[in-house]
Amino acid sequence: MPKLSAAIVGSGNIGTDLLYKLQRSDLIEPRWMIGVDPDSEGLKRAKDLGLEASHEGVDWLLAQPEKPDLLFEATSAYVYRDNAPRYREAGIKAIDLTPAAIGPYVVPAANMDLNLEADDINLVTCGGQATIPIVHAISSVVSVPYAEIVASVSSASAGPGTRNNIDEFTRTTARGIEAVGGAERGKAIIILNPADPPPLMRNTVFCSIPEDADTDLIATAILKRVDEVAQYVPGYRIKSEPQFDGPSDVNGGQARVAVFLEVEGAGDFFPPYAGNLDIMTAAATRVGEAIAFARVGEGRNTARLGV
Amino acid sequence: MSVPNTVGRKFSEALDLRITDSSLRDGSHAKRHQFSLDHVSSIVAALDEAGVPVIEVTHGDGLGGSSFNYGFSLTPELDMIRTAVKTAKNARIAFLMLPGLGTKDDIRAAQDAGGQICRIATHCTEADVSRQHFGLARELGLETVGFLMMSHTISPEELAKQARIMADAGCQCVYVVDSAGALIMEQTYDRVAALVAELGDDAQVGFHGHENLGLGVANSLFAARAGAQQIDGSTRRFGAGAGNTPVEGFVAVIDKLGVKTGIDVKKIIHAAEHVVRPAMDGECLLDELSLTMGYAGVYSSFLKHADRLSKRYDVSGAEMLIRCGERKLVGGQEDQLMAIALELVEEKANA
Repeated sequence: MPKLSAAIVGSGNIGTDLLYKLQRSDLIEPRWMIGVDPDSEGLKRAKDLGLEASHEGVDWLLAQPEKPDLLFEATSAYVYRDNAPRYREAGIKAIDLTPAAIGPYVVPAANMDLNLEADDINLVTCGGQATIPIVHAISSVVSVPYAEIVASVSSASAGPGTRNNIDEFTRTTARGIEAVGGAERGKAIIILNPADPPPLMRNTVFCSIPEDADTDLIATAILKRVDEVAQYVPGYRIKSEPQFDGPSDVNGGQARVAVFLEVEGAGDFFPPYAGNLDIMTAAATRVGEAIAFARVGEGRNTARLGV
Repeated sequence: MSVPNTVGRKFSEALDLRITDSSLRDGSHAKRHQFSLDHVSSIVAALDEAGVPVIEVTHGDGLGGSSFNYGFSLTPELDMIRTAVKTAKNARIAFLMLPGLGTKDDIRAAQDAGGQICRIATHCTEADVSRQHFGLARELGLETVGFLMMSHTISPEELAKQARIMADAGCQCVYVVDSAGALIMEQTYDRVAALVAELGDDAQVGFHGHENLGLGVANSLFAARAGAQQIDGSTRRFGAGAGNTPVEGFVAVIDKLGVKTGIDVKKIIHAAEHVVRPAMDGECLLDELSLTMGYAGVYSSFLKHADRLSKRYDVSGAEMLIRCGERKLVGGQEDQLMAIALELVEEKANA
């Protein structure tokens, strides 16, 4: 049975990790890997794995007679802003792993079905993928006037894209918390920790909730959602029971729930500490497979999808 | 015995050293971010009158710090900055921001509120996240200062390389920031000297101390001798952990050594006792928790969080802080204190 063909644009760490995940897919076949550096390790590796690889950028890809069914963008927000209109013109459906935030946000465990038809799907940020499902679970039980997330990642896993555009991370994540998570107002904080050995990605979600909220109901919704994310990010887990606090001055007079999460990567290309990168490529794979499933229809092995 | 040459390099013709008072920013931690506008105006008026040339005013964790993770501000920080600017006759008003927490929009808003000096802080190994913020600050015509936090965790040579990144991005003075109050005099001297050697005339060097080993004044003196031209303190030590270098104490010491700061010793001593102290919830003390921070090398702002959580969960605050040190937590990871408290609860239940 035919799989959807896919191109990966960006031959860095993210693109390479994604390649390993896509190679295991029953629904997607990675065929092209595009970079801009002739000495790129990622391009060499892709070639060794049987892909067509080019360091001549998107120009090369768009000049090929055969176009990919799906394109995964793993460059940077700025590069993607230039590329996006060209993909659209060429009729290529793009899944954007940068925080460019041009297309609608998709977080598999929160709003998977809503935006799969879009030409261009944005995956928010790693911190967004790790926390928005939890905000969404809470806001599906009670109103959430404000949600705040803290993502701690190892310095070793933060590439130049993140470092040069750290504002993009905080802004895009905050918007995703609102648009997908369902909080009225969102805030995101990212911390880089250089400890050696590198620590696993940690995420904390704080949501303000009504004072009289049913905390059991909220806790149940959170734990259920953690299991749903763990279906496609096996190293995703909650560190302790959700913690509830009443209003106080340091809490700005708001009752709140706090959720402590950890993401251990699958170790495909990145070491396991880089859960932040793993959750992005896992989400991209998941979204790509959902699109493929919708396109090629029945008769597939859908056990891994669990849609 | 003669007193050694005290100042390595002068700040300017008029001032040997420029002092920045941080009680309305670092003190925000000690105050659990509950400053009122009356606190701001009374403290700024007194420090300005005493001749303090720069006063920093922001949430303890910088612009955008008002949050669940760090504690919500009682008063919006832009209102605090506006009040400080209105009150000060001579002092310049500075504000702090941490990339990853605040954004470029916050810098613009702080300038619109009248802030003149933009201080940008990163963990000492992560200076490159500040490039876009220094770029913007200079473009806006703000004076810039860079903070390399937790400077005790890396060598003088590594620190100097990070200082170079900030200077190249547009930072005009890079501070060795002893966030954990863990540096001991020669370690301070070596770090400042390494930055001076690396930066030359490209940028000034500063020092920001904490009292968690009781060495704020001594470290600041060593920093000045190594060539630091800007020194931070907080009047009455009003800062995180055991507090900052007391401005009045440091100025008294260097005044006796003939160093010019433009600050009137008697007036600042008076302000510390009669204006700043009444605004504090309590003295900043070298007690069990804050000394543990200095000893274990823990970010000073964790103090009040550890204190609160140790009571809520009935676990040892000192043990929490030791674990922060073992895990090499960096500034901003306040959320992990609750995670550690919950681990201790679990261990107790299983014991």
